[in-house]
Amino acid sequence: MASVSDTRWRPLEIAFWLCTLLPFALAPNYLSLASQVAITALFALSLDLILGYAGIVSLGHAAFFGMGAYTAGLIAKHYWTEPISALLIAGFISGVLGYALSHVIVRFRHLALIMLTMGFGLLLAEAANSAHDLTGGADGLQGFRVPDVLGFKFDMFGRTAYAYSLAVLFVCFLVCRRIIHSPFGLALRGIRENATRMPAIGAPSLSHLRKAYTMAAVFAGLAGAALTHTTSTVSLDVLSFGRSADVLVILILGGAGRLYGGIIGAVIYMVARDQFSGVNPQYWYFWIGLLLVAVVMFLPNGILGGLSALHKKRQ
Amino acid sequence: MLSSAVGVLFDGFAYGMLLFLLSVGLSVTLGMMNFVNLAHCSFAMVGGYATVTLVNRFGWPFLATLPMAFVAGAVISLALERTLFKRLYRATDLDQCLLTIGIVFISIAAFAWFYTTEQQSARPPEWLRASIQVGNLNFAGYRLFLIVFGLATTFLLFFFIEKTRFGAQVRAAVDNQRMARGLGLDVDRAFMLTFALGGGLAGLGGALAIEVVGLDPTFALAYLVYVLIVVAVGGLGSIGGSFAAAVVLGISDMAGKYYFPWLGAFLIYLVMVGLLMWRPLGLFGKR
Amino acid sequence: MLSTKNVNKKFGSLVVAEDISLSLPAGVRYALIGPNGAGKTTLINLITGLVAADSGQILLGEGENAANITALKPYQRVKRGLVRTFQINTLFPHLSALESVTLAVLERDGHAHNWWRGLPSFSSAADEAFAILKSLKLEQTAQKETRELAYGQQRLLEIALALATRPRVLLLDEPAAGVPKGESAELFAAVEGLSRELTVLFIEHDMEVVFRFASRILVMVGGRILVEGSPQDIARDERVREVYLGAAHAA
Repeated sequence: MASVSDTRWRPLEIAFWLCTLLPFALAPNYLSLASQVAITALFALSLDLILGYAGIVSLGHAAFFGMGAYTAGLIAKHYWTEPISALLIAGFISGVLGYALSHVIVRFRHLALIMLTMGFGLLLAEAANSAHDLTGGADGLQGFRVPDVLGFKFDMFGRTAYAYSLAVLFVCFLVCRRIIHSPFGLALRGIRENATRMPAIGAPSLSHLRKAYTMAAVFAGLAGAALTHTTSTVSLDVLSFGRSADVLVILILGGAGRLYGGIIGAVIYMVARDQFSGVNPQYWYFWIGLLLVAVVMFLPNGILGGLSALHKKRQ
Repeated sequence: MLSSAVGVLFDGFAYGMLLFLLSVGLSVTLGMMNFVNLAHCSFAMVGGYATVTLVNRFGWPFLATLPMAFVAGAVISLALERTLFKRLYRATDLDQCLLTIGIVFISIAAFAWFYTTEQQSARPPEWLRASIQVGNLNFAGYRLFLIVFGLATTFLLFFFIEKTRFGAQVRAAVDNQRMARGLGLDVDRAFMLTFALGGGLAGLGGALAIEVVGLDPTFALAYLVYVLIVVAVGGLGSIGGSFAAAVVLGISDMAGKYYFPWLGAFLIYLVMVGLLMWRPLGLFGKR
Repeated sequence: MLSTKNVNKKFGSLVVAEDISLSLPAGVRYALIGPNGAGKTTLINLITGLVAADSGQILLGEGENAANITALKPYQRVKRGLVRTFQINTLFPHLSALESVTLAVLERDGHAHNWWRGLPSFSSAADEAFAILKSLKLEQTAQKETRELAYGQQRLLEIALALATRPRVLLLDEPAAGVPKGESAELFAAVEGLSRELTVLFIEHDMEVVFRFASRILVMVGGRILVEGSPQDIARDERVREVYLGAAHAA
C-alpha cells in the first residue's frame, strides 16, 4: 500500500562506509587524525539527535562528552585499563547525567534553553577545574595508559586507535539510524516540526524529549571515552564551551537532521583544521567565521542540504 | 570585616554598571525583534579599540574618546544590521546564533590581526584614577566614575524610554510588534535606531572596561557569557531588569572572587541556572 | 459527554471566560457562534487544557461515569478522547501527509516510544492512516510534504490528524477558515460524514453552515454563554439578533 519510510541502505551509504576503510591503506600517516575525526563525528551525530531531529539548541553538549572522557580516564587510572567495559560504563554514566539534566532542559525554549544548556556546561567545566584532586584540574588527568583493546596494542601509528574509533562510530551510527527510522524518530521529527501539534495528537512530548536527550548524552559520552582511550589523556578542554561551540559548527556545516551531516562536517572541519594548523590561529577563526556567515546566508541546510537541493534541481 | 564588605559592594556595583552598559542594548533589541545577537560584545570591542587607538596613537585625552567609542559602536552595529542582520529577523534562533557567532569569530581575527593579541590599555587621566578617602574606607576614583556614569546613563535611558515619543515607539514595539505595525509605527526604523543606540552603548562600555578588565581580541567571547547572563536573568526588553541583573551579577562576582575564590565562576553560573529555572523569562521579562 | 462547570479565566483584568457551564450530550452536533473576541477559541483552549482555567471543572464522559479531567495535561485529555483542530493550520511542514497521520495513529496506540523497530514494520498504522486520508479524499497527497499541499487540503489534513486519534469529542475551530466559499464543499462533506457517535462542537461564522450542520447552537458573547438552543430558537432570539446587528444571516 503506502510506504511511510524507506529504510534500505542506499549504495552511496555503503560506498561511504567502505571508504572509511581507505585511510588504512592510502593515508597510513594520518590514522591518528582519522581517529579524531571518527570521534568528533560520533559527537556531532549525538548532537544531531537532539538538535537536528528534536530541535533542542544546545550550547553545552560537551558536558556529556567530557563526562564520558573523565569517567573513562578515572577508570583507567584507578581501576582497570580494559577499554570496552570502561566505554560502556562511561556511556552509562553520561546517560544518567543526561537523564537528570533532561528533566530541566525540556521545559524551556528559546533563549532560556540556550542559556541553560550553556550554563550547565560551564558549571560542569568549573567543577572539574576546581576538583583537581579528582580530575587533575587544569593539568588534566594524567598518569595512566590504555595499552590495548581486545588484544590489539594501541600503536603509535594510530592503526588500532582508528580501528577502535571507527568501530565505535559505526556501531553507534547503526543504532542512531535505527532510532531515526523508528516511530520514535518520527515523533522527534514531529516535535521539531510543530511542537504545539504534538500534544494535540496525544503525544507526551516532554517524555519523548527526555528520552532523546538521554540517548544523545550516551552517544556523546561514548565519544568522549573513545577519545580518552585513544589518547591516554583527559584535559579540561573536553568540557569546554569551545568544544560545545565547535561541535555545533561542525553539525551545521554538514547539515543537521540528515544523519550523515555530523560525519561529513567532522571530516571537512577536522581535515581543514589540521591543514591550517601551522598557520596563525587568527586565520582559522577568520575563515570559520566567514564560513558560518556564508552557510547561514546561503546554505542553511549545510553541505548535505545544498547537495540534496542541487540533486533535486537536476531531476 | 565591614570595610571589606563595603569594598566588595562598591566594586561590585561599579562592575555591575559596566555590565549594564554592555548589556542593555542587547536586552532591548532582543526584546524588540527577538534577534539573538551574539556579536553584541564585538561592538563593545570596536568601541574599546577605538579608544585605544585615539589615546595611544593620536594622543587624545581619555574622556574625549568616549563619544567616539559610542559612535564607533553605533556605526558598526548599524552597518551590520542593515547589511546582514535584517535578513534574518524571521530566521530560527539557531541561524541567528550561528550568523552572529560567525561575526564574532571574524571580529576576533580582525582585531588580532591589526592589534595583536596583547592586552591593550588606555589610561584615564590621573585625577580620575585617584582614590577618595572616607573614614578608613578607600574608594577607587575610577570605579566611582563608573558608578556615576552608569547611574546617569540609566536615568537618561529611563527618561528617554518613558518620556519621549521615540521611547514610546520602542516600548510599543517591544510589547507587541504586530500591533505596533498595525498602528502604523515604522517598527523597522525604530528597531534600526534602537540597535544603533544599543551598539553605541556597548562601544562605550567597551571603552570604559579597558581600565577595569583590560582589552584583547577575546573580549568579544569572554564577556558575551556575562552579557547573556544579564540579559537572560534580567528579562528581555527590560531596562530595569538589565540594571537589576547587572548589579546582582556584578556584586555576586566580586563577592565570589573575594570570599570564595576557589569557587571561581561556579557561583555565577549556579545563580544564573537557578534564576532561569525559577523565572525562565527573566526577572522582569515580558513574554 | 463533555461538560464544564463554572469555568472562569481572566488575563490580568481581561475576563475571557466567565462562569461557563455547558453540557454536550453524546452524538450531538453543536455550533459555537459569537462575535470576534467573544472567547470561543479561548474556551476550546480551556477545555483542552492548553490554557489553565482559574476555577471550575471540566468533565468528560457520560453522566455518572464522567471523569474530572481538569487536572489532566493536554495530551492526556487527547488520550481520553477529547480532541481539537486549530483555526490556523498547525501541521508538520516537512512531514508528508501520510507520515503526519501515521504519527498520530502510532501515538494513539502507544507505539511512538518504540525506537528499535523500523517504521515499515508498522504497516497497519500506515494502512489505517491511508484509509483516513482516503475518507477525506486526500489519498493523492499522501506522499507530498505538508507544506506543498493546497490550503484547503491542509484544512482537511487538520481534521485527518484529529480523526486519527479516535476522538469521542471533537472540537473544530473554524474548520473552513480561509477556505473560499466555493471550495469548502469537501470540507463540509467531511464534517457531515463524521460518525454519528462522535460529539462535535464547531466554531463557525457562516450562518448557512451553522444552520445546515448543527442541531444545537451555543452563543457566546464577551466571555459568557448568552444562550443555548435549537437553530430555530436561536434564529428567533432577540438578544442574538442584537449581537449580530449588521450580520447578513438572520433567518
